[in-house]
Amino acid sequence: MSNNIQYGFHVDASKCTGCKTCQISCKDRKDLPVGINWRRVYEYGGGQWTEHGDGTVSQNVFAYYLSIACNHCSEPVCVKACPTGAMHKRREDGLVHVAADLCIGCESCARACPYDAPQIDKDRKVMTKCDGCFERLAEGKQPSCVESCPMRAIDFGPMDELKAKYPGAISPAVAPLPQSSVTTPNLLITPNRHSRPSGATDGEVLNYAEV
Amino acid sequence: MERRSFLKMSAALSCVATVSGCNSSSKDVEVVPPTPPVAGEKLNWSACLVNCGSNCPVQVFSTDGVITRVESQFTTTDKYGDHDVRACPRGRSLRKRVYAPDRLKYPMKRVGPRGSGQFERISWDEALDLVAEKLQDTIYQYGNESIHFTYNSGARYHFSGKQCLYRLMNLKGGYLNAYGDYSWSQIYEAAGQTYGSAGPGWQGSSVSEMQNSDLVLMVGYNPSEIRMSGSGEAYDFLVQKQKHNFKTILIDPRYTDSAVGKEDQWLAIRPGTDAALFEALAYEWITTNTVNQAFLDKYCVGYDEKTMPAGIGYEESYKAYILDNATVGDSIPGVNAKTPEWAAAITGIEAHLIVELARELAAARAPFIQIAASLNRQAAGENNTRAGYMLPILLGQLGLPGTNCGGLCKGSSLHAPSMPTGSNPVKKAISFFTFTQAIEDGKNMTVLSDGVQGVDLDDEGDGKLGTDIKAIINYGGNALINQHSDVRKTEKLLQDEAKCEFILVVDNWMTPSAKFADILLPDVSWLESEDLVNQSYAAGDTASLVQMSTGVDPMFESRPIYEVCVDLARRMGVESEFTEGKSRKEWLDQFYAESKAATPELPAKEQMLTQGIYRKYLPNGGYIVLEDFRTDPDANPLGTPSGKIEIYSSRLAEKARTWKLKEGDVISALPKYVPTWEGYEDTETKKKYPLQLTGYHTKGRAHSSFHNVPWLREAVQDAVWMNPLDANKRGLSTGDKVHIFNDRGTIEVEVKVTPRIMVGVTALGQGAWFLPGGAVDKGGCLNVLTTQRTTPITKGNPQHTNLVEIRKV
Repeated sequence: MSNNIQYGFHVDASKCTGCKTCQISCKDRKDLPVGINWRRVYEYGGGQWTEHGDGTVSQNVFAYYLSIACNHCSEPVCVKACPTGAMHKRREDGLVHVAADLCIGCESCARACPYDAPQIDKDRKVMTKCDGCFERLAEGKQPSCVESCPMRAIDFGPMDELKAKYPGAISPAVAPLPQSSVTTPNLLITPNRHSRPSGATDGEVLNYAEV
Repeated sequence: MERRSFLKMSAALSCVATVSGCNSSSKDVEVVPPTPPVAGEKLNWSACLVNCGSNCPVQVFSTDGVITRVESQFTTTDKYGDHDVRACPRGRSLRKRVYAPDRLKYPMKRVGPRGSGQFERISWDEALDLVAEKLQDTIYQYGNESIHFTYNSGARYHFSGKQCLYRLMNLKGGYLNAYGDYSWSQIYEAAGQTYGSAGPGWQGSSVSEMQNSDLVLMVGYNPSEIRMSGSGEAYDFLVQKQKHNFKTILIDPRYTDSAVGKEDQWLAIRPGTDAALFEALAYEWITTNTVNQAFLDKYCVGYDEKTMPAGIGYEESYKAYILDNATVGDSIPGVNAKTPEWAAAITGIEAHLIVELARELAAARAPFIQIAASLNRQAAGENNTRAGYMLPILLGQLGLPGTNCGGLCKGSSLHAPSMPTGSNPVKKAISFFTFTQAIEDGKNMTVLSDGVQGVDLDDEGDGKLGTDIKAIINYGGNALINQHSDVRKTEKLLQDEAKCEFILVVDNWMTPSAKFADILLPDVSWLESEDLVNQSYAAGDTASLVQMSTGVDPMFESRPIYEVCVDLARRMGVESEFTEGKSRKEWLDQFYAESKAATPELPAKEQMLTQGIYRKYLPNGGYIVLEDFRTDPDANPLGTPSGKIEIYSSRLAEKARTWKLKEGDVISALPKYVPTWEGYEDTETKKKYPLQLTGYHTKGRAHSSFHNVPWLREAVQDAVWMNPLDANKRGLSTGDKVHIFNDRGTIEVEVKVTPRIMVGVTALGQGAWFLPGGAVDKGGCLNVLTTQRTTPITKGNPQHTNLVEIRKV
C-alpha cells in the first residue's frame, strides 16, 4: 500500500501574529477541553533594558511566535517510546496517530516528545494528539488550523511539495524548538527576522500559561 | 496539565496552566438540548457581530438543531484581493459561547438586593407587563428625559438589535440622548476641531494606501491585536508590508503583536506622553527649516504670524509656542522650547532617537502617519490626539498618495440597512461617560461644567440638564458596570434603588451588568438569528455582506428583540406605528431589496442563503483622506470656521475662556502636551502609586465579549504585563498572583514578566468580568482601577490614565 507520501506542515513565522486562531479551530474540530492543545503557539522573546540617569531608557527587545502541533516526525521518538504500539506512524501518509484502544495512558510518548505534541486526556486516560486532520484530507480539505489562519501562515501537504513551494524555508531548528536532528520533524519554517537558533540563550518562552 | 518537555526545561519559571479570571470552569456541564434521531448535518451561515470593527462570516454546522462546529472557508483561490474573510479565535469559539453555562434562559425578575444576582423565573407575559408598566410610569413621573440607554455594542445586528428598542422609545416620546463613545470620543473632537469633522479622525486613508508610502509611523496603531479578524486590517497590513517593504516605526508602551518582526523600529514610550514627543519633532522641523511652509501658509490657520486669526498675535501661534519665543522672525529658542532633550526625559525616548525620527519623517517621500485611539482614551485625550495630527500637517504630508492625516484607517463598506429608529423628541444629551453622574445628580449637570448639550442657555451661556436618570435600558452591553470606570463607585450607586429606580437588561449571558437588572430578558444569540449584515466599521480593505440564517432554534425561552419590542409596543399602545403593518419577513425582504439596490451584483437572497457572503476588495478603490481638500481647498473647504486646517482653534479658545474646568484640566486653542493627574509627571500621586497602568485590547476578548469562553481564557492569558526591572524590585516572577491597587480598588490577577513593555509601565487587557468577593475583585476587571473623572472637552473616558502599585498576594 505504501506510496511513501509524507505529509508535514509549513509555518511562516514572519507572518504569524500569535492570534491563536489555529489553536481554537483545532479545539473546535475535536472538541478538546481546556488543558489539551493539539496546536499551540509559543511566544519566544527577550532583550535587555537599560535605564539612563536622565529618565530615558534603551532596549533591544525582540519577540516572535511559533505555531506548533505534532510534526509527524520521520524518526518519531513517541512511537519508539510507546510500549503497546498504540502510537504508530501511518504508512499511507506518514501521519503519526494514536490507536486509542491500545493506549494504556502511560504517557511515555509525552515524556519522549520534545515538542509537547502528545497530551493525555485525563478523564479518558488516553493519549491524544494532532492527527493531521486525516478525515478532512480524505475530503480534499486542508487541516482546520491551515484553513482557519487569518494570516495564511500555516500550510500542509506532502513534504516534497512544501519544499518546492517554500524554497526559503528551513528545518525547524529554531528556538524554543530543539535541534531537528532529534526526531527529524516534518516541519518547515520560514523564519521571522528575529528568529533565534535552537538552544539560544538570549530569549525565553514568554507564554507558558498559554501552551 | 503536567506535560513536561524539552521546551520547558530552559525556564526556571512555574508553569501555570489553569485559567484565571473566568467564571465558568471547563468542568461545568454544557447545556445541550435533547437530541432526536440524527438526520444529517446542516450548514448555515452566520456572523460574529461583536464590536471589534469587523463582522466575520462563519459557517455553522449543526445536527438536529445542535451546533457541532464552526468553520470559515468559502473561496477556493484565497488569493489576496479575492481572499476568505476568516474569523479570528473569537469567531471560531462561537459554539462554546452559544452553549455557555451562563446563558440566560428565561425572563427573570430580581428578588435580592440589586446587584446580588438573585433572580426568579417569570413568564414572558409577566416580564413584558412589568417592563411596559415601569417605562410608562417613569415617563409619567419623571419625563422621557429620565430614561437612558447605557452605551452598548455587544450585538451589532442590523434588523433585530438595539435599534428596535430605540425605535420603541422614540415612539413613546424619546429618551435622554448620549453623545460620544468609549472608543473614540476625544478623537471625534480632535478631528472636528482640526479638520472640521470627526471623519478624518476615524476614517483616515485606506490600509492599501501604505503601498504608496515609504515610511509608516504607527503611534499605538496595532492592527494585529485590535483588527485581527476576518479579511481585516491585520492581514491587509501584513500583505502590504511584506510586498512593499516600507519602513515601519512603532511607538507604543508595549512591543505589540503588530511588531514581532513586522517593525523596523520600536520606540517604547510612556503612556500619555506622546504629545511631548510630537512637540519635539515639531521643534526639530522648525529649527531645521523642514516644515512645509508653503502647505502651512495655504491650508492652515495658526502656524505662524502669516496665518493667525484676526486679532490674535504671533505669540499665540504654534511656532512661537514650540520655540518659546514670541518675537516674529527670531528663531532663537526660549528656555521652555520643546527640545528633544526636554521630551526625552518625559517620554523615555533618548534625544538622539527623537532627532533621528524627525529626520526620517522629514526625508520620507510619503510618510503614512496613524495616531491610534489609545492616545484619545487618556486624561488629556483631545490634546494628545490633536498634537499627533500636527505631524502630517507640519510636513504637509496629507491628501497625497501614500499619506494619512493621522486618522485611523478607513474600512471599505457595502450598504446594509438597519431597522430605522425614528427621531428622538428629547433633544437633551449628556456625554455617554457621564451617565453615572446623571444618576447621582443629573439635575445640576450643566453645559459649561459637564458638557450637557441641547438645553436652553441662561444669561451666563450655561444651562442645566435639570433631571436625574431614573430608568436605564441596557441591551447587549456591559458598560452598565464592567466597561464603565470606577466599578466600585458604580456598584454602590446602582445598588441604591432610590436613585435609578428601574434597570432593564437584555442580553445572552449573566454578565456583571446583567446582575444589576431589575428585569432580565434573554435575547437570542447571533447563531440563532436571521439578518443581513455588512462588514461593520473597520474591516480593512475588504467590504462584505453576510446573509445570516440559522439551523438551530432559540435556546430555551430566548426571543429576538424585534419580537419582544412588538409585544412591548402593543402593551404601550404603539404597535402599528412600530411595525408599520409589516411582518418580520417583510422587514427582512425590504432590507435585502435595499441592499441589492445599493449593490446590484449582490445575488438573490436564495443564493446568498447558500453562499453566505458577498465580498469585494476595495469596492470604491483606495481612499486618500482629505484628497479633495488638498487638490482644491477653495472648492472643498473643511467644516472648520475658517474652512482650513485649524492648528489654532478659535472655538477651543472660546471654550477655554468660558468652560468651568476641574483643577489641572486644560482646554487650549493650540494642541499641547498637557501633564495630567495620574500621568507620568504626577509625582505626588506616584509617591503612593508609582506604576503607570494602561489597558489594551486583548486578543482573547472583544471588550468584555467572549470573556465567558474558557478556550479563550486559556489561549490568551489575562495577566498584567510588567517589565523585568519593575518585577525585580518587587520580587515578582511570571505566574505570581498579584494585587493591583489604587485608591479606587484592588484587583487580583497573575503577573507576566516580559521585556515587551516599557519600564515603569504595566498593562492589562481590558474587559475581564468583575467578580467581587469582599474588597478584592478576583475577576481582574481593569475598571475597578479606572476613574470616572472625565476628559476636559468631550467629557470622555480617560481609562488608560492610571497610577497603581502592584504587590504579591
